[in-house]
Order: sequence, then C-alpha cells, then structure tokens
Amino acid sequence: MAAVATCGAGAGGTESMAAATSKSNVTSFQRRGPRARGTDSGGPRLVSIAGTRPSVRNGQLLVSTGLPALDQLLGGGLAVGTVLLVEEDKYSIYSPLLFKYFLAEGIINGHTLLVASAKEDPADILQELPAPLLDDSCKKEFDEDVCNKKPESDIKMKIAWRYQLSPKMEVGPVTSSRFGHYYDVSKRIPRELIETSKWHGFFLPEKMSSADKVECCSLTPGYMKLLHFIQNIIYEEGFDGSNPQKKQRNILRIGIQSLGLPLWGDDVCCSENCDSSHSLSKFLYILRGLLRTSLSACIITMPTHLIQNKAIIARVTNLSDTVVALESFVGSERETNPLYKDYHGLIHIRQIPRLNNLICDESDVKDLAFKLKRKLFTIEDKVLYK
Amino acid sequence: MKGMHLPDIRMLLQGASPRSSEMFPELNNLLNTTPDKAEQGKLTLLCDARTDGSFLVHHFLSFYLKANCKVCFVALLQSFSHYNIVAQKLGVSLAAARERGQLVFLEGLKSSVDVFFQAQEDPHPLQFLREASAGNLQPLYEFVREALTPADNGEAAWRCPVLLVDDLSVLLSLGMGAVAVLDFVHYCRATVCCELKGNMVALVHDSGDAEDEENNTLLIGLSHQSHLILRTEGLATGFCKDVHGQLRILWRRPSQSTARRDRSLTFQYKIQDKNVSFFARGMSPAIL
Repeated sequence: MAAVATCGAGAGGTESMAAATSKSNVTSFQRRGPRARGTDSGGPRLVSIAGTRPSVRNGQLLVSTGLPALDQLLGGGLAVGTVLLVEEDKYSIYSPLLFKYFLAEGIINGHTLLVASAKEDPADILQELPAPLLDDSCKKEFDEDVCNKKPESDIKMKIAWRYQLSPKMEVGPVTSSRFGHYYDVSKRIPRELIETSKWHGFFLPEKMSSADKVECCSLTPGYMKLLHFIQNIIYEEGFDGSNPQKKQRNILRIGIQSLGLPLWGDDVCCSENCDSSHSLSKFLYILRGLLRTSLSACIITMPTHLIQNKAIIARVTNLSDTVVALESFVGSERETNPLYKDYHGLIHIRQIPRLNNLICDESDVKDLAFKLKRKLFTIEDKVLYK
Repeated sequence: MKGMHLPDIRMLLQGASPRSSEMFPELNNLLNTTPDKAEQGKLTLLCDARTDGSFLVHHFLSFYLKANCKVCFVALLQSFSHYNIVAQKLGVSLAAARERGQLVFLEGLKSSVDVFFQAQEDPHPLQFLREASAGNLQPLYEFVREALTPADNGEAAWRCPVLLVDDLSVLLSLGMGAVAVLDFVHYCRATVCCELKGNMVALVHDSGDAEDEENNTLLIGLSHQSHLILRTEGLATGFCKDVHGQLRILWRRPSQSTARRDRSLTFQYKIQDKNVSFFARGMSPAIL
C-alpha cells in the first residue's frame, strides 16, 4: 500500500514540482501498527487507520492535507495531533480552497469532520467541497501536462504512471487506499458522499443564540463555546481514548474558518491595542492541548493580513505547528509582472514543526508559487529563468 | 575573528569524538563544562531569534539528568512524549527519570486541558488559565518550590536542583504580563539558585522586529540577571542547508559591576539527528 501511495504522490508530484525534493523518501517498508502521538508512550499499538501513514523520519502518524504537493513540502503530510495554520491571502480567494481540500480528503478517507465557521454555515461549506478526480480523468489531466513538456522521456513516464496506478476507483462511495487525492474544483462532491460521512458543524451565530452561561475567563465567548464544542466531540466520540465505551479507530479532522475575524467577537483584526489580545493565543494553546491528546488534526485559516499587531502574529505562529501563508497576486503589482504570469500567487512555508526530533523536514526549495490551472491547484518551484 | 579565545578553538578542532549517546559534547566543550563539574547557583538564559532554539533545551535537560541533578521541567510547549523521544536519542530516558523521582515534569499542554475544562479542587500550577484578568504565577512558583525542595528525610539523593522552563514567552501569550513573569523568575531564582544552590535555565523567544513590547521587557530583564546567555539566531542571509544558524555564548557576572568586558564567543551550528555540530563562522565542513 505504501508503495502505491509513493508512486501516486511521487509521479503526480513530479508534474507539479519542478524541483522535486524528497520524493523518494517514502519506502515500501510499512511499519506494523504505527504509534500515534495521541496515545501514551506505553499504550497499545494502533491498527492502521484509513487515510494515514507513518512518517519515514520518526514514525509519526500523518494525514494528507488534501493537496499532495503540499504534503510533500510538509515532509509527507500533516502530523496527527497538530495544527496547520493557513495565513489567508488578501481577498480570501485561495485559502478557502486549501480548507476545502482538507475537508474533502477527510470525507474520501472516511474521517469524522468538525467544521467551524462564524460566517458560513458548515452545511453549505460541505456542499461546496470539490469532487475527487477519478482515475480516468486524473490520468487525462496528467497526460496533457506531460505532453506539453519534453517529448522524449515522457513516453516512458506515461507507461510507468499507468502501470503502477492502483485499480480503478468506483463512482461514489469512493473507497481508496491512496494517501492524498486530487480534486476538481469545478465540480461539487457527490451528495451521497457527504450524506454517508460523519460530520459536526459549529456555526457561531447558532451557538451564540443559546443563552448558556459561559464562565468568564478572558476568552471571548465565541472561542469558549468552540473549545467546549470540540472537547465535547473528542470526549463523546472517543478520539482521546478516555471514554471506555467508545473505541475509536478514526481521525477527527477539525476545520476552523477565518479565525480572528470580528465575527468571532474578537477585536484582534480591528485595532492595534485590542482588549482581548490574549484571547486568540490562549484559544490556540488550549486547542493544541486538545489535539495533542487525541487522534485529530486541525486546519485553521486566519486573515493575518488584517491583524495589525505584529506581536500577535508572532505569538500565534509560535503556538501553531505548521504555518503556511498564501499570497495572491490579485490586485498587486505582481499581477502584471511577466515573471509571474503563469502563477496566481506565492505560497510560503513559514514553519514546519520539529516533532519527536531535533531536525525537521525542511524542503530545500523556498521559492514556491501556486496556480489554479485546469481545475487543479498546483505548487511549483518558481522558475525565474526559463 | 572578534572574541575568539585560542585555547577554545584548539579544543574544538581537536574534536571530542561525538558519542551519540551523550548530549551535545561539542556544546559542552564550548561551555567548558561536563556533567561532573556543573556549576551551581546560576541562571542560564536561552534565547532564539528567527530560528528554533529548542535543541538547547534538549541539551540542558539531558545534561542535568546525566549530572545526577533533580530536575523540575516546566514544559509548556510540547508534549512529554516529544521530549522523551528526543532525550532517548541523547541517551537519557525521561520516563525512567520520572519513575525514580529525579524528574518532575509539568506537561503544560495536557495540564492546561485538565484545568481549563474542569474546576480543580487544589490550586493548580496553571490556575491562571481559568482567571478572567491577568493574575500572577504564584501557584506555578509553589509547584516548583515543592518539586525541588528536598524531602525531609535528610538524605541528599541528588546533586543539586535544577529548574528548566520551555518557554517563558508562552506565559506571555497566555495572558501573563511581563512583570508577572519576571516576578515568577525572581522568586524561582531566590529559591532555586540562592536558597537551594541549584540552577535555572529558561528559554525566551526574541521576537525581533515584531514589536512585542512585553516580550522585549521580559528578555531585557532576564538578560541582566543571567550568568550565561546562549543566543541562537537564524542566518541573516537566509536559509542554508549546511548551516542552520549561529550561536552566541555570553558569560556574564550579573552581581558585580563589570569593569572588564563579558566574554563572548560566536559559532555556527548544524543540527543533525542526534547531535549538533559547531564550527567557527565560515568554517562549515560543507564549504571547506
């Protein structure tokens, strides 16, 4: 299974990444029962969970972000028990895509979802998830790409790609043993997939209307409610292993959209000297505590371009594990710059965690640009000199 | 090169054969210390700017455990298993140290969840997480004092107590003011360094140009009180695969007026799987 996953991610990756970095890191050696971070060091070994794989470097359990190119940049995927912070691009055009890829990947793998938002109803967010690319159309997309490049070697590449591809996926319920899938943003995910999946929604306006007395403790009420909601789901569904009735063998994918907006009741985006300046960082700390002690992974998008107090951004970065920033060219002078004409924006990998290790999987390639091309979001090394 | 002291370089170039079971032997050489002759009554400040200085925390943790000291580790940033797995690479088992009472470990992330979601009967070291307004860190100080004060049975089981904090900047993010954190450090120093003749090591991030007033206050305040400052910085020229950063070591005498200049050394380093190698600036093995 790991071998197929490698080829899938690797071959697709070479298309997208001109400077293919550590694509051959994953070996076909599959450890039995990877140790998950969520369990105690002496706890029972877990059976392999769908949609996860152990990291080559330290056996850390990884899940896919839904974007195989990003998985490779992060050293194989997102570690279970960690937070992926996405700094939104200026007009929030591309960050929702990363958010949706993450959630869609969860549905395809059968993970439980928890979607939190202050501005959009989670049910609507789920309806708009992109459809997974099935094998046939996936092959067609990449064949087109390959043809556009060097003529000689791609005949061999085409054959290798087809030969090693796993058996055809069926139309919905999509069962797949691959790690990381490709999505077509122009199509919506089939409704049957959403209906058969397990998800929990937290829509702030609904939750705030119920007049529960929330204990005041310097967190804005919106954040308090969200933390309690998340903790409740983790405990009730047994993701932290503490509930004796529930033996959970699944991952909880948490997605929090646009954290920090004034809609959450936080004024961190409004003024430089805000009253609740610690609310956001405290929320992140407690959230990370919840994640570290459970089988979950979280994506948070945050409009950091609106936060005027740079100290808060620094603190938020230090309290997150993986931090990725999107910078779109829309409305900037780079839009007309001929160097960037093929791309829609830049993607900065600001921070990669060092988990269980002194070193981390830092990619050698630092100048990365992304583009949304033919319905696919690709990340490439900026080739400035053609 | 400014500040280079010749005998130290010779020691470095002779090179202790890095047994990967030790903590960072090269760093021990640079600091001119070994677990057998660790000093006492000192405050060491670890500081990182534009980079991750956590390898220093791992170094001191395994160093003092090997030196047979009783260690109280206030670990706010990562989980116990993270520190344990790295410590095992450096030849120390935190789980075993905890079993035999040598290590008192406060796992911030896990404890914060406990104290936040459930009212506790006894004052919890992280009690401030439940408070509405900025309080003080007295419960945390009490926890440290209780952990490191030797038991009344009179036998000196361990060499000297050591308080290790990773890291103090997190306390600022959680709503504590710089003054409250400085008070906490002051009380801990009075107890751990002066009364119990032990050592204290704390990490503070340098936020650089992020204009974090509170953090700057904390950093400057601690710098003046420290005997030893280890400052890691990312390279000004950006990311480099072979040189991960620069380490500046500054020996200070906080109590005496400094008629003579504090001694300082600067090295560059590369972090590997089980070791950190140090070399003089511009002398990375990759370039030579």
